[in-house]
This record gives sequence, structure tokens and C-alpha cells, in this order.
Amino acid sequence: MHENPRNMTQGQFSFLPPLTDDQIKKQITYAISKGWAVSVEYTDDPHPRNSYWEMWCQPMFDTKDAAAVFMEVQECRKVYGNLYIKVNAFDNTRWRESLAMSFIVNRPKVEPGFGLARTEAEGRTIRYRISSYATDKPTGKRY
Amino acid sequence: MSAKSDTPPASDEFDLEAEFRRSNVQEVLDKLDRELIGLQSVKQRIREIAALLLVDRARRQLGLETGAPTLHMSFTGNPGTGKTTVAMRMADILKNLGYVRQGHLVSVTRDDLVGQYIGHTAPKTREVIKKALGGVLFIDEAYYLYKPENERDYGQEAIEILLQVMENQRDDLVVILAGYADRMETFFRSNPGFRSRIAHHLDFPDYSQGELFQIAELMVAHQQYKLSPGAITALKEYIPLRMKQEHFANARSMRNAIDRAKLRQANRLFEKRATKLTRTDLMTIEAEDIRQSRIFAEPDKKRG
Repeated sequence: MHENPRNMTQGQFSFLPPLTDDQIKKQITYAISKGWAVSVEYTDDPHPRNSYWEMWCQPMFDTKDAAAVFMEVQECRKVYGNLYIKVNAFDNTRWRESLAMSFIVNRPKVEPGFGLARTEAEGRTIRYRISSYATDKPTGKRY
Repeated sequence: MSAKSDTPPASDEFDLEAEFRRSNVQEVLDKLDRELIGLQSVKQRIREIAALLLVDRARRQLGLETGAPTLHMSFTGNPGTGKTTVAMRMADILKNLGYVRQGHLVSVTRDDLVGQYIGHTAPKTREVIKKALGGVLFIDEAYYLYKPENERDYGQEAIEILLQVMENQRDDLVVILAGYADRMETFFRSNPGFRSRIAHHLDFPDYSQGELFQIAELMVAHQQYKLSPGAITALKEYIPLRMKQEHFANARSMRNAIDRAKLRQANRLFEKRATKLTRTDLMTIEAEDIRQSRIFAEPDKKRG
């Protein structure tokens, strides 16, 4: 079986063991040193390709220190400690204008994992879809 | 905190001198001495704080117990006595000693912290704190945060958030409160939480006549102007007259006086634009540029 069968993977570092707080701060420090705007987002809708997460606070364009971003991470953990929380860093350089970093900093205590559904299509084609068992329940009751 | 890997392994010796040189604090202190006239007690206190932080660092490297020192400060003094300038230097010093990580100064007043309606204050204060983390938060005229005459004033909310951050994130942020001495005293009396969280109270005395003259001279030199001998005499007469006037703001009044003198000098040069100007003409402030001040014209009348 897969090494990491239940955990949702998305963005950077998600195949690694969870980052420690110090490691998170160092990553944020790196993002700030590059001049990227850092933001915190959370969701209860896990899917490796779900990129529409809720914003926790406004993106931080003019923070000088990782402590400020980490403060928001901690605040978010207080409220949504049992959901997924990620930190994004947005590079606004002309022609790039996209996320430069994105990594998960908080996960639910129990991740029920993903179910695989097969759909028969034309001929002998089979289409696959995965969905988290958590999303079988309505939002707000998942974790 | 234990010794980091990039520092030599903990031994029984610590070269305080080498550490001092490496920290470049002397440079900042020298700059302070050069660019700030007077303020002996303030400079002495800053030296003490620098020494404390340095010794603290030495203790940490030798594996001795060090509590994170509280460095929140209050600067009291009349307007124009150099509170903001010293706060900026303080940020430099704390950065060189590795006490704050970024060493920037965020200068705010009540308006930046307190919101206009319910629920507006907390996010506003937190936004400011987030900007200041890793550096120094300078709250000018801090007593305006507390308005006892209005019990539903939102200032109290900002105070509570600040106190919390000052306690829990001492490693991340140094808060400096500034304002007039007597009003700060009242403020601290009604907010004991602040007093107990502030370790250093620095009092900025008013400048003497001689010091004000030195400050003016330094400002003139800084802007690449110079005073003619007549202008020096005029300025020396100007200072005591100005000190007696209302709204006297120490160094700030000197800066304004010089700015006005520059204006008059420019005007004077412009009027005789038919003749060729030399470099010296452009640099020199003459006696008449200072003597045209209203203060000489009507020395007894209060300025509005």
C-alpha cells in the first residue's frame, strides 16, 4: 500500500512528516525574504486538487517578520485546529504573478482517507475519481 | 536557548570584547554620541541596556540561565527632545545585539490602533502589531489610548491586546511608549498592567541654550549649509527669545527656524538674481536671514 495512505497531499512538503513550528517559521522567513505576500487559508474539503480554500485573514503584504504570519497561523489553529490549514506565498512579480509556495501547516487529528470510485466509460475505458470519506458528511460536520 | 551549532562549543571562556566588536554596537553608540547633542542620562541608559544584552548573550553561550529580558520602554519628555530619533537608534542597537530580528521601527498613534466602531479596534491593533513584529513598535502620545471620561471608549480594547502581546511575544516585539511626562504618569497610574510590563523608563530632559545651538549647527551642517559669523550671533540671540515663546518644541523648533531661514535665504538670493552666485553664496545663511524672524520684530508678543 501507499506509504501515506490517509493523508491528503497538496503543495510542498506534504509527503514529509508534519513540519514543526520552527520549520514553519523558517519557511515563512524565506518567503518574506523573497518579498512574497504570505497568506493563511483553511478548509474542511480535502482533495489534492482543491485549491479553493477559505481565507483566514487578508494576505500579508507588508509584514517584515515570520512571527506575524505565525501569529495568524496560531490564531487560525485556535479556531480551526481540527481542519486543514495552509500557508501560501504569492509572488507578484510581473509575468509570474502566481503562488510561489504553498504548504500545509495543520491537519485534522484523524484523516479518514480517500475512497476510489471506478466509472465504466466507452469501450473498456475506466475513469477513476477519488474523494475523501470526510466529504460524505456535510460541511461543518466533517471533522 | 542552547548554544547554536554555528557558535563555538560551550567552554568556560567568553570573549566579551570580541563579541562587542562583532555586534557593531560601538558604531551605533558613537553615532548616537555624534548626532544627538546632550541627553547624557538617556545615552547612559542605552549603554547600560546594550551591556545587559551583551552579557546576556555571553551567559547564554556558556549555557547559563537567561530569562528573556523585558525591553519594553517608556520615553517621557517634552516635544522635540529626541524621543523618536532615539527610538530609531534603539531599534538599530537591538538588532545589532540580536534581540529583535528585523530592527525596523513602526511609529503609530492612537488613530492607527483604535477603531471607530465596535469590532474595528481588535483587527486594527493586530494589523499594526503584525507589521511591527520582529522590530520596535513606537506608540507616540500613548496616553490618548486611555480615555477615562468615556467608559465605552475603544482604546481599552487596544490596550488589552497590546498588553497581551507585550507579555506573550516578548521575543518578537519591543514596545516603546512615548509622551509628556506628567500625562504618561497618569496613564500608568490608571493602567498598572503597562507599568509592570515596562522595564525601562527613560526621561528626556529639555535642552539647554548651548545644546540647542549645537543642534542647530549640526542640522545646518547636515543640510550642507553654513552660518556666517553674523548669523551665529543672531542665532544665539534668537534661541533664548524663542524659548520664551509658546509652543516651544526644543529641537523641532530649531529645525523649523532653520527651514524658515533657508526660505529667506533663497528669497534673498532670488532677488539679486542678476548677479552671478557662487557656491559660498548658495551655502551661507546670513544674519539677516535669521533676524527677519518675527521673534525679533515683536519679541513680547506671543506667537499663535
